Amino acid sequence: MAAHEIEIILNRQLADCLSIPVFITDTVGNLIFYNEPAEELLGKRFEDTGEMPVEEWSTVFKPLDNDDNPMAPEELPLVKTLSDQYPYHKSFQIVSLKGKKQPISATSYPIISRSGNFVGAVAIFWKQKLK
Amino acid sequence: MKVKLWGVRGSIPTTGPDTEKYGGNTTCASVAYDDHLLVLDGGTGIRRCGGAYPASKRIDILLTHLHLDHIQGLGFFSPLFDPSKEIHIWGPASSSQSLFSRISRYLSPPLFPVLLRDVPCKLELHEVSNSVFDIGPFRIQSSYIIHPGPTVGYRIMRENFVFTFIPDHEPALGSHGMIQNPKWVSGYDLAEGADILLHDAQYTSEEYPMRRGWGHSSIDDAGLFASITSAKHTLFTHHDPSHSDTFLEEMLAAFKLSSDVSVELAMEGFEIDLT
Repeated sequence: MAAHEIEIILNRQLADCLSIPVFITDTVGNLIFYNEPAEELLGKRFEDTGEMPVEEWSTVFKPLDNDDNPMAPEELPLVKTLSDQYPYHKSFQIVSLKGKKQPISATSYPIISRSGNFVGAVAIFWKQKLK
Repeated sequence: MKVKLWGVRGSIPTTGPDTEKYGGNTTCASVAYDDHLLVLDGGTGIRRCGGAYPASKRIDILLTHLHLDHIQGLGFFSPLFDPSKEIHIWGPASSSQSLFSRISRYLSPPLFPVLLRDVPCKLELHEVSNSVFDIGPFRIQSSYIIHPGPTVGYRIMRENFVFTFIPDHEPALGSHGMIQNPKWVSGYDLAEGADILLHDAQYTSEEYPMRRGWGHSSIDDAGLFASITSAKHTLFTHHDPSHSDTFLEEMLAAFKLSSDVSVELAMEGFEIDLT
């Protein structure tokens, strides 16, 4: 069994220490790890699901722009990062599992290894403070 | 192939009656087959290794990283000063500076009187990353591992035999220690099923929390790594300079009370023939 690159392993170890939701994907968007705060958003536990194909986990969220219009996947920071390997940040809304709208900000960044290779991506979700 | 350990001490050479049994020289090992010679790391143990294989015209030095205890002996490796020798130095690539430039920071004044570029042997440097390459009869796999700065471990294969060299490694770095899934274990590919695994076990489990992030393992984490990777036999190395022979043996005895991993303490002068 081939192990992940250490840059991926270290990102997981960091995510494990954080109190904000963190998602780690491979280079095509398959979800290879999400931390405990992210489990709340997904409504699933990593221990139960293990890795999730992009088709499966990308449908869990229903992103809306700030005018409540559905957002196209290519507008989402993580999708953009996977496409061009640059970091992105955007504020939008997601519809929670209970149907409630939650304003959030998402930051995504590519994991470029010491060898200079693109080996995966990270998305961090920040809950926006309600004004 | 014959594996010999020339230095097993971590951090700084430690001589004296308290460390006489396991040795005080810093990290160095050799792997020899016929006249082919690999030297693993250039700690102070490399000095004695330098004169041990006079028939080898070509010598390949594989550096895991450039911390001082792994290169301190390079300038005292006599084949470097022999014009008839062909020396190849392999080491981890950095994203900013060349291997030559980084080694030269030590092998240049004021730290050393001779410039690396002026050594009389035929010298060639090679940068490795997550690589597989052949040297003579050996197939070698290198991979970056968790340790501060660019650091690789090496898996050395000849026919069906595997020797894995990971003297500095902290696979348990993180809030919950090592993730016990091979896909998430730094260095797993290097050590999987190795006949001999040489692995960092510098600290006791009590010492480790105060030294987290320094790049080394507790003896219990080293044992867990050996277990996860199914290494057939493991040598614990990079002995802490403050650990006497007696203390090391007490550490091992305590470890063995709760583990059935096949393991012993790396000892300077230890030799094994993997054939």
